[in-house]
Amino acid sequence: MARKLGRRLRSWEGLLLLVLLVVLAFNVARVPNFLTVVNQVNLFQLGIEKAIVILAMTFVIISGEIDLSVASMMGLSAAIAAALFERGIPMPVAILVALGAGVGLGLLNGYFVAVVGLSSLAVTLAGYVGFRGLARLLVEDRSVGGFPDWFTDLGQQGLIGPLTLSILIFGVLAAVATVVLHLSGLGRLTYVIGNSASVARFSGVSVARTKMTLFMMSGFVSSLAGLLIAARLGAVRASTAEGAELDIITVVLLGGVSIFGGVGSMIGVLLSTYLVLNLRNGLIIAGVTGNTQTGIIGLLLILSVLVPNLAGRGRERLRRRTDPTVRAPPTDSAVAARSPVAPG
Amino acid sequence: MSDAILRRIRPEQFREVILLIVTIGLLAFFATQIPDYFNPRSVNRLTTGLAIPLVVAVGQVLVVLTRNIDLSVSSIVGLSAYVVGTLLTRVDAMSPLMTVVLSMLLGLALGAINGAVVAYGGVPAIITTLGTLALYRVVLVEFSGAKTVTTADLPDWLNDVPSANVLSARGYDLRLTVGVALLVVILGQLTLRYLPFGRRLYAIGSNPDAARTAGLPVKRDVFTAFAISGALSGLAGFMFLVRFGNITVTAAQGLELQVVAAVVVGGVNIFGGSGSTIGALLGVLLIETLQQSLLRWAGMSEFAKDAILGLLILVAVAADAIILGRLREMWVRVRRRDQARAQAAAAGEGVVRGA
Repeated sequence: MARKLGRRLRSWEGLLLLVLLVVLAFNVARVPNFLTVVNQVNLFQLGIEKAIVILAMTFVIISGEIDLSVASMMGLSAAIAAALFERGIPMPVAILVALGAGVGLGLLNGYFVAVVGLSSLAVTLAGYVGFRGLARLLVEDRSVGGFPDWFTDLGQQGLIGPLTLSILIFGVLAAVATVVLHLSGLGRLTYVIGNSASVARFSGVSVARTKMTLFMMSGFVSSLAGLLIAARLGAVRASTAEGAELDIITVVLLGGVSIFGGVGSMIGVLLSTYLVLNLRNGLIIAGVTGNTQTGIIGLLLILSVLVPNLAGRGRERLRRRTDPTVRAPPTDSAVAARSPVAPG
Repeated sequence: MSDAILRRIRPEQFREVILLIVTIGLLAFFATQIPDYFNPRSVNRLTTGLAIPLVVAVGQVLVVLTRNIDLSVSSIVGLSAYVVGTLLTRVDAMSPLMTVVLSMLLGLALGAINGAVVAYGGVPAIITTLGTLALYRVVLVEFSGAKTVTTADLPDWLNDVPSANVLSARGYDLRLTVGVALLVVILGQLTLRYLPFGRRLYAIGSNPDAARTAGLPVKRDVFTAFAISGALSGLAGFMFLVRFGNITVTAAQGLELQVVAAVVVGGVNIFGGSGSTIGALLGVLLIETLQQSLLRWAGMSEFAKDAILGLLILVAVAADAIILGRLREMWVRVRRRDQARAQAAAAGEGVVRGA
């Protein structure tokens, strides 16, 4: 029993849970009524749009790719909706066009990655710069606001009790994403492709179509998140959601997803989402500013890979010293799995 | 494409030629659109703007060649500019040489941290340098206490550096900083071409497993590449200080993507193993030309700058993969045929005609 618990805790999710409990304990000790619904809603509102994009990014990274353009797609979608609304087009139509555009942008990324076969790092870097550039073309240096009340209410007020639309969407999408990743065919394909795209191709998996689907998902979800930011803030600028990709990717990797694909779980990512929200909250309480928070999370990200690597190597060395039968060459498996080079 | 050309030039060199043609075409186009396009002031501004991204890009080339990436460069530039700037305002007896050495040493140390974590800690470069990008910036914010280094506090010799020239003819100046940057590009190219260390970087990036099996010091070389990238970023930090004088905590923010974009446009493969510092030079030149010219061109909104840059990166990467892939096939075919002919001739069986 105790052994089983020990093994559980040694898994990545177990470690995350442990750290989460520590941070949570700190927050509860410092803030009265921290665990009330209203407080938790406020906690989630801090980064709910990013949390929504995290769900799609998990799929993309498990498939062995990366999408650096998410924050720019968020900004561009918001800018499209704002620019259309500004020109007298009804808000519902503007929203639909923006969502469609999100799918289109994802399709564009997916086409160049999956069909043309370019590196997703390079393609989405182009998207990162270019989509933000398109947003700048649309709203220039203005701040577009004056949206209808129902739109801003959706972003700011509780829809069911204190739960806002964003939180409800996140809840539903998180459940859907967990089921799809772990129980559906698409989820299995995502892991298979992430483990080895060429093996997947020879096994008759349509790698290109799956990757296109994932990038389209990423585009759609980013677009949705961008609109939710517009609703919450009540105004759109060309710089909306700038820099969000760093936070999003950090949370996914902190959740135990390997940057080389094939490894990770939605539970881990959800735990790390909640952990980072709590951590930011705790750091605010401790009087740490926003910039420094990002630095601490960056450090956490490095340590989350470095410490298991070094610990694994130390264990290996100890085992070889104490057990003379082990004569195998030092193929430190932890390092091999996450070697410093990107997949070719 | 005739065989004769293919026998002379490697496919990778076409990339540089094409880039050069595109850049010249762009210059010619803007010259017809913008009145007095080549006036000395504008040209000087363009060339002066090249110095900082160039120096950083050379370091980035070394790192990208090994299949890694260094996103922390902009924070290293900002941090070294700020730290050295602050030191200059507090310590009077800092000689120019010492200032440069100090900023490079600081960059070297920060780059060495990246390199150690990546090469010896086994953490992927993109994770490490995303982390240190944020981390080094935080060190800067904490160190500065939100104060700014201002030009007025800096010693006089420093304020003279930006206008110092290596060459000057009829109003067209080659600034000292640009001269140094070009020297860095040339040294980088020589290193990559002729030094064993440079050749090993290509080997590591082409196939890390093979490089390891062949007994190359992969870890040490990756570490060194990151350390050099850091040191060059430190040098760029010094250039940043002399160019702008006023250093805030956001100094050089966003430079990392400009540099990665330039390196990618310049034909350095993001998966390692191919590319040159000359390519990076052309990439920086193309992007800088485009950005500066769009600001002056009435035919296009100044807000279109980033949209066009994004398109440029995509076109560069796609063209690289598609056209170069085809060229390489043709090159291999010509090579094989030549070899087969040579062998046949050597075997004394007569030349195979029309094969």
